[in-house]
Amino acid sequence: MTDFTARITMPETARRGDVVPIRVIIRHPMEREITAEGLTPLPRRIIHSFRVTYAGEEVFRMALSAGVTANPYVAFTTIATETGTLHFEWLEDGGAVHRREARLVVTA
Amino acid sequence: MSSPISPRFAETPRRAVLLLPLAALPARAQEESFTAAERALLAGRVPVDGGITLDIPTLSENGNSVDLSVRVDSPWTLRDHVTAIHVLSERNPVPRVASFHLSHRAGRAEIATRIRLATTQQVTVLAETSTGQVHRAAREVIVILGACVEGG
Repeated sequence: MTDFTARITMPETARRGDVVPIRVIIRHPMEREITAEGLTPLPRRIIHSFRVTYAGEEVFRMALSAGVTANPYVAFTTIATETGTLHFEWLEDGGAVHRREARLVVTA
Repeated sequence: MSSPISPRFAETPRRAVLLLPLAALPARAQEESFTAAERALLAGRVPVDGGITLDIPTLSENGNSVDLSVRVDSPWTLRDHVTAIHVLSERNPVPRVASFHLSHRAGRAEIATRIRLATTQQVTVLAETSTGQVHRAAREVIVILGACVEGG
């Protein structure tokens, strides 16, 4: 989907053992299904799942519903364990998958 | 759960028009589905009040975007840490707004997001820990303009 963008805000480096705050905002309509009479019908299209792995291990997972705003924002934390890549993965209705990654350098 | 004498019942007819089709379900059915969703999450466990800091505005101008943040007190050891945080709405068409699953590597139970609220209602948070405990917190939010779908 071309209308998907993600902004991931987190430090580039952290000391081992630090709790690192991560904030993520994506551009996505989180479209609720519209079926009512007199309204233009719109199919439901929401991001229903957001998953984050860090150095291959899952650190955070979120199940979303139509009750989450358009352009979903989420903040969470992870412990800086080792220098590695965080993979961010969003699953959308209809099977579309969006992926982004970010690198965290961990110092002793 | 919530007080039977609540100002929001007085506004239901007026809002019901505004909220279609998002709030197409009658309020009673929504509250029943909320109760069922909460019961399913609890799975027989009895929630403990407290231990949760639920930050959400008491009065929200716009139900399309309501800031919510949750912090759960936890010793955060391998044995005893928070594993899940669930956000439930009493009067949205979908009672389970969002669930956050935390591994031990989260480091602490502190999450934030933005939610839609169809109307004035109670927002409930359940937090599960790895020891099998469930903490519960709830806050009433007055919504001025509901998260409705207006026009085509």
